[in-house]
Amino acid sequence: MKRAARYIIFYSALFGLWTLLAELKIWPPYLFPTPWGVGEALYTGFQDHSYWIAIRVSMQRVLIGYGISVVLGMILGLGVAGNKFLEETMGGLLVSLQSLPSICWWPLALLWFGLNQNAILFVVIMGSLLSVTLAMEDGRKQMPKIFGQAGRNLGAKGFKLFWYVLLPASLPFIVSGLKQGWAFAWRSLITAEMLYLSLGLGQVLMMGRDLNDMSAVIAVMILIIAIGYVVDGVVFKGMERHLQNKWGLTPAT
Amino acid sequence: MSTQDMSANIKNLPSQFPIPVDPRFPPHTGSRDGKPVLVDRPAPSISPQTAKVGLSEICLSYRTQNGERLLALDHINLQVRAGEFVCIVGPSGCGKSTLLHLIAGLQPQTSGRILIDGNAVEDPGTDRILIFQEHGLFPWLTVGQNVEFGMKMKGIPKAERQENTRYYLRLVHLAKFEKSYIHQLSGGMRQRVAIARALATEPDVLLMDEPFAALDAQTRDLLHDELERIWKETGRTIIFVTHNVREAIRLGDRVVLLTFRPGRVKSEFPVELPRPRHLEDPNVARAAREILDELRDEINQSLATEYNDGVKPHVKTGVEAGFQG
Repeated sequence: MKRAARYIIFYSALFGLWTLLAELKIWPPYLFPTPWGVGEALYTGFQDHSYWIAIRVSMQRVLIGYGISVVLGMILGLGVAGNKFLEETMGGLLVSLQSLPSICWWPLALLWFGLNQNAILFVVIMGSLLSVTLAMEDGRKQMPKIFGQAGRNLGAKGFKLFWYVLLPASLPFIVSGLKQGWAFAWRSLITAEMLYLSLGLGQVLMMGRDLNDMSAVIAVMILIIAIGYVVDGVVFKGMERHLQNKWGLTPAT
Repeated sequence: MSTQDMSANIKNLPSQFPIPVDPRFPPHTGSRDGKPVLVDRPAPSISPQTAKVGLSEICLSYRTQNGERLLALDHINLQVRAGEFVCIVGPSGCGKSTLLHLIAGLQPQTSGRILIDGNAVEDPGTDRILIFQEHGLFPWLTVGQNVEFGMKMKGIPKAERQENTRYYLRLVHLAKFEKSYIHQLSGGMRQRVAIARALATEPDVLLMDEPFAALDAQTRDLLHDELERIWKETGRTIIFVTHNVREAIRLGDRVVLLTFRPGRVKSEFPVELPRPRHLEDPNVARAAREILDELRDEINQSLATEYNDGVKPHVKTGVEAGFQG
């Protein structure tokens, strides 16, 4: 109740300030739109289905790209964690590659794949693959050894050992890495979409600029924030809570 | 009664000290008639081929971080008959847990042979299941799913798995907790789940690595009774590692002593006390004292290495300390 009150006070103050600044007309309306201008842009965007289509296209891309990242990252991470040679050689390379902003892969992707969807997917994968890999590697190392021993002792080996023991055992240690990977994937996607006209939220955002329509620009920004926040708050928070309940871990507050 | 009277009473107390020696436990003899309860003698000779578990000339060495070669186990020979309950005791660092890992096939020995029914052990197998000290259960599975796990890996059909799971949970009195998660159980209940999970794969040999060390005394007593009952009902062969000498005598048909680093078989004591035994039984206490006397040098060495500060600790033996069990 108190928390809800705090939220209401904060957001109404923010909204009030925005309205006030817009009403004072310090800046022209085409540079600083009113809240209802943005609301109207959101309404028309959904009304003519252009936002729905953009959301669908963007979500499709990010799910495919992120999905590939998770699968590849888990294999890579397990490989690096399980092999001393790989750990010493590739481990360092992965960490250094992570300092590269994912959009730096864009020129390379364009030359390799041409100006199409695959180039965008490539950037999304490169954006999130490293954090998933590093998280998996770390999770595999943090996971108590005893689970692997108990699994082998009870007759699990090969893929069964990975699927039924090593993967679930390392989940609590990799969930934050998966979350980070998602955040990187989402950002990389929007960036790539802004550089290439191809439906998607990034393009709708750039279209707002091209039409000099500040209300639309802010409306799409709000959409991008909202989707990122919902996935983080619903999917990953839910997963964390589920794991905490099962394992009996106390939630980090 | 005033406070002053009370303090006067307390002051009077010392006259009753020292506590008189209990005539049942004379401090300087092995047993009442002076004869020791235990006799060091190897088990009736059986060859590693005919034994249920046959260890012959097992050595294990590994390289330490500064490159030295360390011998952990030194030519261990031990034959365990089918259905036998063997306890292995030794000071910490003698490699007794490692020995169980070798038998379980989780780790290869440097040399020597481990035979199960005459067949060499190379990999982990569900014919011998290891029960860990703690934390060996899978926290992401329910109690029932944990018990089911080994059968699932074996590819046993679901209906049969569930039926067996319920049977083994009843055996350890946990039928009601099938749907619980591991963290919701007490330490004693967890070890019972571990026992049920191990039994559910129908192993011939149970390997137990200090399974009750982390439990409180009452729970441990209870689990001793349960384990003995399950052992009798199922006829499994059990190799039980502990540092608790009395626990070993409470449970074992035979107690095997290992030396401190490198681990060698120092002596073997068949325990012929009638079952069920009790931890507080004077005969159990006496037998424990005899084994502690045997172990004194090993424990002192173990402590000296652990302290590593040039001060030689000295653990009194049962006799020296007037140990009364």
